[in-house]
Amino acid sequence: MLFIDVFLSEAGRSVKNFIDTNLPYILAGISVGGQYALIAIGYTMVYGILRLINFAHGDIFMFAGFAMVYLAAWAPLYVAIPLVLIITVLLGFIVERVAYKPLRSAPRMSVMISAIGVSYLLQNLAWYLTSGLARQYPVIPWISNSVDIGSATTKIVTLITPVLTFVLVVALVMLIKHTKIGMAMRALAKDFETSQLMGIRINTVISITFIIGSFLAAIGSLLYFTNYTSVTPISGAMPGLKAFVAAVFGGIGSIPGAVIGAFIIGICENIIKGLGWTTFSDAFTFALLIIILIARPTGLFGEKSTDKV
Amino acid sequence: MTENILHTEKLTMQFGGVMAVYNLTIDVYKGEIVALIGPNGAGKTTAFNCITGVYEPTNGSVSFCGKTIVSNHPQGRMKKLYAGDRDITRSKVISPTPDKITKLGIARTFQNIRLFKSLTVFENVLVAKHMRAKQNIFSATFRLNWPEEKRAREECLELLEEQGLLQYKDELASSLPYGLQRRLEISRALATKPKLLLLDEPAAGMNPQETQELAEFIVRIKDKYDLTILLIEHHMDLVMKISDRIYVMDFGKLIAHGTPAEVQQNQRVIDAYLGVADDA
Amino acid sequence: MADKKVHSFIVKNRVTIIMVVLLFAALFILEKILPPSSMFFVVLKKGAIYALVAVSMNLLNGFTGLFSLGQAGFMLIGAYTYAIFTIPPEARDTVYQYFDGGIIKFALPVPVAMILAGLAAAFFAFLIGLPVLRLKSDYLAIATLGFAEIIRAIFQWDKLGPITNGSNLLRKFPGFTSVLFPFAVSGICITLIVLLINSSYGRAFKAIRDDEIAAEAMGINLAKHKQLAFTISSFFAGVGGALLAMYQTTVQASAFTSAMTYEILLIVVIGGIGSVTGSILSSFLFIACSEWWLRFLDNETYIGSFRVPLLSSGFRKVVFSIIIMVVVLFYRQGIMGTKELSADAITRFFRKLRGKTKEEAAK
Repeated sequence: MLFIDVFLSEAGRSVKNFIDTNLPYILAGISVGGQYALIAIGYTMVYGILRLINFAHGDIFMFAGFAMVYLAAWAPLYVAIPLVLIITVLLGFIVERVAYKPLRSAPRMSVMISAIGVSYLLQNLAWYLTSGLARQYPVIPWISNSVDIGSATTKIVTLITPVLTFVLVVALVMLIKHTKIGMAMRALAKDFETSQLMGIRINTVISITFIIGSFLAAIGSLLYFTNYTSVTPISGAMPGLKAFVAAVFGGIGSIPGAVIGAFIIGICENIIKGLGWTTFSDAFTFALLIIILIARPTGLFGEKSTDKV
Repeated sequence: MTENILHTEKLTMQFGGVMAVYNLTIDVYKGEIVALIGPNGAGKTTAFNCITGVYEPTNGSVSFCGKTIVSNHPQGRMKKLYAGDRDITRSKVISPTPDKITKLGIARTFQNIRLFKSLTVFENVLVAKHMRAKQNIFSATFRLNWPEEKRAREECLELLEEQGLLQYKDELASSLPYGLQRRLEISRALATKPKLLLLDEPAAGMNPQETQELAEFIVRIKDKYDLTILLIEHHMDLVMKISDRIYVMDFGKLIAHGTPAEVQQNQRVIDAYLGVADDA
Repeated sequence: MADKKVHSFIVKNRVTIIMVVLLFAALFILEKILPPSSMFFVVLKKGAIYALVAVSMNLLNGFTGLFSLGQAGFMLIGAYTYAIFTIPPEARDTVYQYFDGGIIKFALPVPVAMILAGLAAAFFAFLIGLPVLRLKSDYLAIATLGFAEIIRAIFQWDKLGPITNGSNLLRKFPGFTSVLFPFAVSGICITLIVLLINSSYGRAFKAIRDDEIAAEAMGINLAKHKQLAFTISSFFAGVGGALLAMYQTTVQASAFTSAMTYEILLIVVIGGIGSVTGSILSSFLFIACSEWWLRFLDNETYIGSFRVPLLSSGFRKVVFSIIIMVVVLFYRQGIMGTKELSADAITRFFRKLRGKTKEEAAK
């Protein structure tokens, strides 16, 4: 009995030690995890319906960041923030109409190449418009304020992110489960051709999917760049890729899966940084991707499907 | 006693809750034309896929010329889902990939024609020779195996000539009319020099005259290349005309077996689908 | 017997051989005439290198149908292998200044090092291919992309510094001066790839691209052939990486990003997926546009005192990206589609012209 008591209290103490030393990293992980989750939802929704990896999604996220930088210098925040949301949504909509819709009947590789092309274009466009200099993200009052938690100091945005993510995800899941549009999305994801035959207006549904994804990415950018205040043309590449890995990890096509995957990646990535292996924090995400693709390609919550020969 | 070319023993294929093929036990003897018929969804193509290694069967085995080439028994999650414990064949697991089965001498065609669309007619048949050639990538690249390659090409040209496809040899496979595409697919399968030929709905989409020509074609190649043939078909006139024996499947199970005359009289078969006198 | 074969080979391919000889002669003469700093040579050298990498990618993506985004990683392995093994021993201390001169204290001759570069890339491709090649196309793309990123992280790792110099760049290894060198190396490699594509294995690769299931039914072992295509493509990507290192005279792992792979992919798409000559032409076009012809778009220009809008640094790449999107959306077949520009096609073209002028003369 005593032995077990001692063992448990020792274990408890080392866990507490671990948490104390790594608290800033764990908090950072939860924060960035939530931001990745908001981006990941966009990936997983688009893939679920179109079987397309939207390589440009991360760059739309980056554009939202830049939009905020420029709009905030020109208008007060309560005008700038809604404008950023609108602009990002518009951008996502336009990208889909111009670059993906014409290729809907083309082989999958063509659409993916188009997505890569759009990503290339957006990055070059951002570089041209900003002359390649990193811009400072405007300070959004209150969420940028610091707060103490336990032994760590962090910004309020770290606490807001998981809450906001949770609220948005719940709202989205309810939309998908309880509205006609949501049902249309689920139908398209299950069987694209038959859904068309059933009279579902696919253009509308697909546009709405992209709109929702871009909207969430815009919110994600508000939170993300409040934390990592410098915005460059390649600011979207890594978070985008990581969010995609999160979507695959959780099971591509599954929204809760993407969210959980994103939090796991965010937390692990920061703990690795805490342990001192910063060079590998990015590589970790990819190693995770490869492990999941090999061990369980459908992800944590994905569904297996067999092809008819 | 004629040699047993193909024997399946309690072949079963289950996809989750769906029992596509259940305890299928059939035999095909050398030189025969055996037909596998049944309503749509009866599990015929699934059976083909189990025999040729495309699917790993849930239970049962397949023997070719006396040797077991595919064998499995329920494992893992399937054990719980599996209905009927007494039918499990507890044997070694042999699960080859389709290319190995083709190398043993079993060739097949597909329900939906699967030609290599971007290759020419000639190249389509030539690809079938690739597996037999004794070569490695270096000898092929530097053309060190040219005598063999030349021989393979000559054989393919002969084959095309016999099938009446020689004049199309440099055209893209996808540009041929449907009937000729089917013939090309069969020719391609023949190029692998098989002992057993599995034909999956070779007469699909053909009118009565084309079906007649196909029937003669099948008998001709059987004699010429010393083949044994197992075919899936819905065109009853073709089946009744050229088959030596018929197996009838419905919902994954074997419901009748015998000569064409016997099967036509079988009430179970009639109930299952032969009530429709026209072609499917 | 043997020289009869050689003789008939030369006779059959006489037009191609003449053209190759003419090409090299032209390059040789150009080098004597033009100043070495001319943009023309930049385009030729870099174009030749990218042509090799583009063709190697086309072998994998276009001819075998395996959508892989890992080229940059294999180029990196090739570049570093070459650089590491050719830095002269005297220079090692200055290059590896933070790592006590590194652990490799010898230098290999250039040809050996180049082949080693290809072999190293091929080796890693073999290892990576084992788990990755059975994935579906989009997953394969992301997995190979992921591996390329992991490779880049490993090559920047400090602990491997004694070999790779960590995050510092490698320099002082031998390069090349004449434009004939990259042309010769690329030419030989591309010839090998073309020989492969037209061989029995090439047909097997195309069969896999067209219909995997039918290919398997025809006796083609998917795993083995995919592995072959992947390894060989990566070998040549490695050699291409070595050439790139020689051209740039310095290498740094951080430059081999996924953006580099995207550029090569775009080159392949513009040239036509499934066309070797398309990749070669498109490669030279791409480099010419991005390094030379469109440069004016980057300069602020004034007409009188009126500043032309839009033209400033970075505009070149934007215009470029738009052109690429236009090709991807409207000219999906690329320049050549799946056709090849061959000596036969060119002679036929000239014969048609000659036929036409003879007709007109006869009238």
